[in-house]
Parts: sequence; C-alpha cells; structure tokens
Amino acid sequence: MARITYITNTDESITLEAFSGSLMELAVQNGVPGIDGDCGGVCSCATCHVHVAPEYMAIVGEPEEIEMDMLELNDDVDEYSRLGCQVQISEALDGITLTVAR
Amino acid sequence: MMDSPDDKVVCVVGASHAGVTCAFALRREGWPGRIILFDADPELPYHRPPLSKAFLTSELGVEHYLLKPRESYLKDAIELRLGVQVANVQSTERYLTLADGRRQYYEKLVLATGARPCLPPIKGMADAKNVFPLRTAQDITRIREALLVSRQKRVLIIGGGYIGLETAASLRKMGAEVNILEREERILHRVTCPFMSEFFRYTHQNHGVIIETGKQVVAVESSDAQSTLQCSDGSSYQADVIIMGTGVRVNTALGSSAGVEIENGIKVDPTARTSDEHIYSIGDCTFHFNPHYRRYVRLESVQNAIDQAKVAAAAMCGKNVYYDAIPWFWSDQYDIKLQIAGLSQGFDNLVVRKEDREDQFSVWYFKGQELLAVDAVNNAKAYVMGTRLIRDRAIINKEKLADPAVALKSLV
Ligand SMILES: Cc1cc2nc3c(=O)[nH]c(=O)nc-3n(C[C@H](O)[C@H](O)[C@H](O)COP(=O)(O)OP(=O)(O)OC[C@H]3O[C@@H](n4cnc5c(N)ncnc54)[C@H](O)[C@@H]3O)c2cc1C
Ligand code: FES
Repeated sequence: MARITYITNTDESITLEAFSGSLMELAVQNGVPGIDGDCGGVCSCATCHVHVAPEYMAIVGEPEEIEMDMLELNDDVDEYSRLGCQVQISEALDGITLTVAR
Repeated sequence: MMDSPDDKVVCVVGASHAGVTCAFALRREGWPGRIILFDADPELPYHRPPLSKAFLTSELGVEHYLLKPRESYLKDAIELRLGVQVANVQSTERYLTLADGRRQYYEKLVLATGARPCLPPIKGMADAKNVFPLRTAQDITRIREALLVSRQKRVLIIGGGYIGLETAASLRKMGAEVNILEREERILHRVTCPFMSEFFRYTHQNHGVIIETGKQVVAVESSDAQSTLQCSDGSSYQADVIIMGTGVRVNTALGSSAGVEIENGIKVDPTARTSDEHIYSIGDCTFHFNPHYRRYVRLESVQNAIDQAKVAAAAMCGKNVYYDAIPWFWSDQYDIKLQIAGLSQGFDNLVVRKEDREDQFSVWYFKGQELLAVDAVNNAKAYVMGTRLIRDRAIINKEKLADPAVALKSLV
C-alpha cells in the first residue's frame, strides 16, 4: 500500500491510500480539485498534471516522449512535471507528495 | 412533489460527459440550490471513448470507467435520477414531465441530451439478429456476449468512421474476423483528407481487416445465428455480428418541446444559453458558434462537451465567460495514437510532415496561409505545436514545416 499526498492549488493537503491504479485515477476518485482526467487516462488531455516532490522524482521516473510533449500544453511545466494518468501506484511511492499544477 | 420557485433547482438532462461536468462545475461555481441530473441510461455515468477501445477488449465492468465515483455525487449534493427518461419540457411554467408522468420544476434547465446512433433504413434490419449500435455500455456488453457465443466470430461493421475503425481494431485484438463496409469511396471520408484515409486503410489491412468502399447495404436477412447482407451493387456478405457505425442523430426532441431555436442541433449563444433565458444546452447536441473559426459548428467530442459544460455552469452562476476553444479530439487504434487539433473543414491546401520514425507524421491543413487543423499520428509534439500555432494564427513557412530536419519549435 502507498500513502499519497496531493497539495491543491489552495494549499490544501489531501492524503490518500491506494494499492494500484494511476495517480490520476486516485485523485479523481477522491475529488482532488484541479485533477480532471478528462480523457480517462490515455495521455490525450493533459488535465492531470502534477509536480512530483524532487526527492521522489528518481522513483517516479522520467516521462516518455509522448507524455513529455503533452506536458508542453501546460504553461507551468518543469523538470518535476508528470501526467498523473501515466504514473502507476505501487508501494515504492509510499509517502510521496504531489503538487497539483495550476 | 413540486419545488417552489425559490428553491433554485437546476435540472440537467443527460448525465454523460457534458451533463456530469456541468453539475460538478455548478457546485464549484457556488450554485446554492438543488442540482438534479437525469439520464435514461441506468448506469452510473461513464466515459464513452473507451467503449470502442479498452472497454470492448477488456472483461471489466463499466464500473471501471466511471466519470466520477458514487460518493462524489453525494458529497456535492448532486441528485442522480438514473434510468429516468424525460418526456418533455413545459417552458412557460418551467417544469419537466418525466416518462412516468411526474413533474419537476426548474429554475434553470440544461439540455445535455447528446446524440443517438443513426440507423439508416435497411430492409430487414429490424428483424435481423445480432445487430448492435455502439453508443452505450449496454451496447458493448451485448457485443461482447454475442462474440463469446459466436463460433466463427465474423463481424461486419457498417461505416468506416472513427468509431467503426476503433471497433475494428479492438475486435481484431479479440480474435474476430472483421469486415468494414463503407458507403463512400474512402473511409473517414467526412472527417479527414485522402492521405489519412489511405494511412488508416493500409494500417487496418495490415492487421487483417477487410475494408470495402462504395458499398451501400440495402437489405439484411438472418437465419439461425448468421446474417446475410445485400449491397446495392449486388454483392453479398455473411456475418455473425453486425455493428452499426453509421454516425449519429442529435437528440433535439426535448429542445423542440421547449420551443427553443433548433438548427443542425440546439442553437446556443457563447454562454451556452438557448433562445430561452432559463434553458442552456451543452455537448454533442448543440449548434454553437466557434469564435476562432467564426462559424457555427456541431461537434462530437469530449473536449467540446466539457468546455461548454464549464461555461454554462459559470454563466448560470452569473459569471461573464464565453466559449472560445480550439477543438481537439483523439482516436486510439492498435498502437496508433491520432490527435487532432482544430477543425479542418474548408481547407484548400495541406502539408504532410514525416518524421524520421516511420510511424510518426502529421498532416497540416491550411486555408490559404491560415493553419486550420493538424492531424498528428504518434506525434504529440506536432499536436501541441499545432494547437499553439492555430490559436496564434501564426503564419508558417510551409517548406520548413515539411522538412523533418527543421524542429517544429523553430517554426514560431
Ligand atoms: C464509441 C465511442 C467512442 C468515442 N471516442 C471518442 C474519443 O476518442 N474522443 C472524443 O473526444 N470523443 C469520443 N467520442 C465522442 C464522445 O463520447 C461524445 O462527444 C460525448 O459523449 C458527448 O457527451 P454529451 O454529454 O454531450 O452527450 P452523450 O454522451 O451523447 O450523452 C447524452 C446523454 O443524454 C441522455 N438522454 C438523452 N435524451 C434524454 C432524455 N430525454 N431523458 C433522459 N436522458 C436523456 C442519454 O441517455 C445520454 O446518456 C466517442 C463516442 C463513442 C460513442
Ligand atoms: S487523464 Fe488525460 S492526459 Fe492524463
């Protein structure tokens, strides 16, 4: 199991627990504001953008080419950006903090 | 039970991408009253795009493709009335009549009634066996069941649009024999250029799908489990399962009963309001103005459903917002990801840009010098840059654009 914390645009901190699924699915299922997941998780809408806490970036890993390109749709993309639908939850992510992009 | 006029009830008819987004957006914008969502479909609202893609090939139930979990509706006090058909709208006294005769008063009404499959008149179709449209979760469940019991699994798809093609790709994955009959001289005839049509024809044929064009099905007859289809040119085909990918009809009946203006869909202004100040309309069922392209359009896409829903919600809550989006769309078939930015209708010249990777390219549609749209295949870079360049009405050097050695970023 992994405990995952989302920091919303209003600085609210929401901690959730999950075994599987993607970071987008977990957020949508729990109504985390700012993560819409409009395309249902197929890397087509870029509405699931999060910034990964730097110390977890190595565990989460770099985005693939298509995800990297889709991230460019957002203005505040940085080296810690990921699309939540492309990151699968596993125990390795336990304790991670994600900041919901603006 | 009737609500009194001061209860500030919003009724949303249609609980799919548009209606559900609108209901939640209303709460976020601070709507103080009741929000009631009606849908004839008994399922908790789900994503439609996976129906022809991941949902068809998986064994999972629709509960894995929900737009929102049940608790979200409770939390935001959105009242779901599922499995309930709304029969008509009485717009002078402002109430809905449900199929069972009950009435529901509204302060604001949102028509998010979408579209239904268009089933062309084909002799014998009503009595034919194993004929399925492809619009609801139930349609998919039935297709899956029919395939499961079919020994030969010969599927005939009538219509080579995106939904027909996605379905073909999914069915191949499931081991079915797939034949597509298209009435026009090429697949995707209505929505893309001959180059893209040829690319998809080639791809599908490589995956063993038989595509035949110029085929108008005129009659069908079933015996036992199998059906025989007759085409106008005298040819005939045998199938165990028939899937109708023949486009949609807009659901305008409620709009008509409300007396709002209807043209190729329910006509709305830039705030998604109809000709009746208490009635809004969003999603596939609307005929709306696109400011970028300066014309009225009717779209069938998740993007349009969601963006219009948010605008309507904000407008009902008294905010000054206008619908102004560059439309986008996607389609996934086999390992191909097609992403479309903009609307290509009306183009008079195009540029094909082939990247070094063979399965990666993009088609850029222009009217004169103005970029209208981009079809990007396995090429999100082109999609993203295309979106920007369309929005900015950038003037592009077409020679450079056609040269894969020139980075897209350097085009701006
Ligand atoms: C198989 C398939 C694949 C698709 N793939 C993609 C894709 O890859 N990308 C993309 O962008 N789009 C795709 N689309 C299109 C997308 O799903 C639609 O644009 C979107 O669903 C439109 O949402 P909507 O809410 O406007 O209408 P709809 O989804 O059509 O929903 C309308 C709802 O209103 C209900 N309703 C209508 N009349 C009444 C009434 N009188 N009383 C009660 N309920 C009523 C209906 O039951 C329905 O649930 C696909 C569609 C299908 C069918
Ligand atoms: S949900 Fe659409 S890109 Fe992640």
